[in-house]
Amino acid sequence: MGLEHALGDSFLTTQIDVAINWCRKNSLWPMPMGISCCAIEMMAFAGPRFDASRFGSEVFRFSPRQSDVMIVAGTTTYKMAKVVRKIYDQMPDPKWVIAMGACTSSGGMYRTYSVVQGIDQFLPVDLYVAGCPPRPDNLLNALILLQQKVQRGESRGNSPSYIGEAKFPPEADTPKGWRTSAPLAQNQPQPLPIIAG
Amino acid sequence: MRLWRRTSLNRCRLLQVSVNQKVIEQLKSRFGESNIEANEFRDELTVVVPKEIIVDVCRFLKDDSTLKFDLLADLCGIDMYTPAKRFGVIYNLYSLTSHHRIRLKTFVEEENPKLPTVSTVWATANWHERETYDMFGIIFEGHPDLRRMYLPDEFEHHPLRKDFPLMGIPGSLPLPKK
Repeated sequence: MGLEHALGDSFLTTQIDVAINWCRKNSLWPMPMGISCCAIEMMAFAGPRFDASRFGSEVFRFSPRQSDVMIVAGTTTYKMAKVVRKIYDQMPDPKWVIAMGACTSSGGMYRTYSVVQGIDQFLPVDLYVAGCPPRPDNLLNALILLQQKVQRGESRGNSPSYIGEAKFPPEADTPKGWRTSAPLAQNQPQPLPIIAG
Repeated sequence: MRLWRRTSLNRCRLLQVSVNQKVIEQLKSRFGESNIEANEFRDELTVVVPKEIIVDVCRFLKDDSTLKFDLLADLCGIDMYTPAKRFGVIYNLYSLTSHHRIRLKTFVEEENPKLPTVSTVWATANWHERETYDMFGIIFEGHPDLRRMYLPDEFEHHPLRKDFPLMGIPGSLPLPKK
C-alpha cells in the first residue's frame, strides 16, 4: 500500500529508529573490563570455539571511546570501582553494561569490606550473568538478550533522547524467566521526534 | 630408595637441630640470656626478642659468616587482641647457603605500635612492612616510604585488626555516584 508499491522490491520502508537499532544490535563492540577470573571465560567467548563474531561482537575494543557495551568481568573492589566508572563515563552514548559473574553482580563469595557488593551500586547494569564464572555460552546468551534489548531501544544508562518506542519485530519480548532491568524513572520512554521529509 | 630417603631425612633433621642450638647459643652470648626467648617445636626454632634490639639481631643473623640468613622469606603482623603486647611482627628467615629457617618475633604495645624498620637490612622488607602497616597500623620507624600498600590512601582504618568489622565501616570507602 502506498510507498512500497510505488518503489518496488528494491526499497524497504521502516521507522528510522528500527533501522538504526538493527544496525547497532549486530555490531555491539565490547569493552572488555576483565578484572579477574571471569575474564578468562570472556576470552573464550571471543575465541574460535564460542565465536562471538557470529553475533557481531568479536571486536574487543580496549579504548572505551570505540565501544558500545562494557562487559564487567570480575571482582570489583572499592578501589577499582572508580576506574570502572571512569572508563564507563568515557564510552559514547548509547552504551550498555553486562555484569558478568557472581562477584560483579552481587559480590559473590567475597562478602568482605573491600569488595563492592554488586556493581549496580555505581553503574546502570542492563544484564546480569549468573555463574562463577559463567560459561562462555551463558555470556553469549546475555549478548543475544542484549541484542533484543537494543532492538527494542532500551538502555538503562543512556540519556532519554535515545530511548525510542519502536519495537522490532513488534511482538518480540524478553523470554520468560529472564531477569531484565526496568528503565530508570528518569529514562522513561519519550515520544519520538518527528522526522521531517 | 625408602632407606635412602629415611637416612637423608634423619640427616636433615639432625642438621637442623644442631643449627638451631648453634643459633640459640650465638644469640644468647651476643645479646644476653634475658633478651632471647627461644622456643623449639618440631625442630622449628622461634626466637622472641624485644623490639629495641630487633635490627641488631637481624643484622647479626644476616651478616654472621656461620649463620648467613640472607633471605627474608616473609614479614607479617599479628593482632593478639590482648591489653599488653597487642601487636606482633613476625620475621621468617631463610639461609640460601645452608638451607635453614628460623622465625623471629617481636611485640609492641597497643598505645605505641612502633618499632624500627629492617628495610635497611633486607631491602625486600620495604613492601612487606608497608603491607603490615596497611593491615595492622604498625608503624615502622625509619622506613623510607611508609605508604599504604593495598587500600586507598584516604582510608582511615586497618582492616586486619581484630576490632575491624568484616563488612567494613559504612562510608569509609566511597563509591562513585551512579
